[in-house]
Amino acid sequence: MTQHGTDRVKRGMAEMQKGGVIMDVVNAEQARIAEAAGATAVMALERVPSDIRRDGGVARMADPRITEEVMKAVSIPVMAKARIGHIVEARILEAMGVDYIDESEVLTPADEEFHLLKNQYTVPFVCGCRNLGEAARRIGEGASMLRTKGEPGTGNIVEAVRHLRQVNAEVRKVIAMSEDELMTEARNLGASYEFLKEVKSLGRLPVVNFAAGGVATPADAALMMELGADGVFVGSGIFKSDNPERFARAIVEATTHYQDYKLIAELSKDLGIAMKGIEMSTIAAGERMQERGW
Amino acid sequence: MKRVGVLALQGAVREHLQSIAACGAEAVPVKWPKDLERLDALILPGGESTAMRRLIDHYGLMDPLREFAKTGKPMFGTCAGLILLAKTVVGSNEAHLGVMDVAVERNSFGRQVDSFEAPLEIKGIDGAFEAIFIRAPHIVSVGLSTEVLCVHNGKIVMAKSGQFLGCSFHPELTEDHRITEYFLSMIPHKSDLLLPNRSIYSKV
Repeated sequence: MTQHGTDRVKRGMAEMQKGGVIMDVVNAEQARIAEAAGATAVMALERVPSDIRRDGGVARMADPRITEEVMKAVSIPVMAKARIGHIVEARILEAMGVDYIDESEVLTPADEEFHLLKNQYTVPFVCGCRNLGEAARRIGEGASMLRTKGEPGTGNIVEAVRHLRQVNAEVRKVIAMSEDELMTEARNLGASYEFLKEVKSLGRLPVVNFAAGGVATPADAALMMELGADGVFVGSGIFKSDNPERFARAIVEATTHYQDYKLIAELSKDLGIAMKGIEMSTIAAGERMQERGW
Repeated sequence: MKRVGVLALQGAVREHLQSIAACGAEAVPVKWPKDLERLDALILPGGESTAMRRLIDHYGLMDPLREFAKTGKPMFGTCAGLILLAKTVVGSNEAHLGVMDVAVERNSFGRQVDSFEAPLEIKGIDGAFEAIFIRAPHIVSVGLSTEVLCVHNGKIVMAKSGQFLGCSFHPELTEDHRITEYFLSMIPHKSDLLLPNRSIYSKV
């Protein structure tokens, strides 16, 4: 019997993205540049995170026209963002046939208490996390892929590093624990006992985990791979740089060959100016996107 | 011990490496041309074919991969890997490696919401094989020397042409290693290679 939208089909789609770069794009032209540069998928949205941060106001799902144009422009998978807890935005994106939905803290949350029940959808979801507890809760709701949150739109890698290290340290801790310690750890993390048992037996997270939120240079992308990310999302880092085509290509290559430092040196030469970054201490607590979601 | 490479530019590399090891062969990730040396066979994994193609070109892997094909050693492409092997890609003027005598159409089952899993009857494999199709291509037509191994809902989803094996789905995403075993059985014994007139190895 043929089955659609099973865990294996939804998680498998993310497995095919591994080692790749997923790029934020706001129109068909950017999507074509991303595809030509070797992106494994594009994320269609109305404004990149740095513009959302600058403009303020409420950030929502993109105009379906933009998403549709991007879907027509490229043959690689197209992802799109819905607000946390916005059931209807998610259903609209599913109905349009986008390949993956990002229930994203980059947009203004629609629900401050409940995330989407993602296992009710045929389309797969990716969600942000800062630690193993958040990862466990999102997977419990049905997320098929994770990305560590970082701090979107800053061009500052520090939060992305913090979150990936945190998740991986907690995974290693669970693997090293004896089985009789897992229930207490489950309580402490706010994760289910079954989830921790699965992490322990697999020796890793049960879904693909990309890094996001602050990647601005080829070296940043390689750093996230070095720290154990399965791939990277680049938001503002490409189309807010001086030379998007070259940045896009260089970030793709640095992600593939993240331990080839001579090569990364070569492809980082004369790239032009990366996006202007933001130092974390200058962002007011309430404006940190990573605090959204739970 | 048989040494089997997996093109490791992007995609489901780890799963293929694990499946090869589970079948008792040595699994070798291939990122550079030199990694192709001393391999007995090569797998091109699932992933994004356009992204893999760009990296193949950029790192000068295209000629070494075609040379590898000319040695007659078995090559197996899954999903994107099948697209890389095919002689013809529907809607595109240019093939990638262009070595396997099949024509494929990309994303031919639809977008991700149309992706599915289904049990398949495969020639040469006993019993059903639970196959996972993700934005999968299918084989539109095959050459005279190509043997169709599986058809699903009227579409060819697995075929063998001499040294080349290709499928639309992802055996590497399951714990079922029978297709990897089938592929490994295509590696000739060392003594066989000394025999003259192995015609299937000279057709490329």
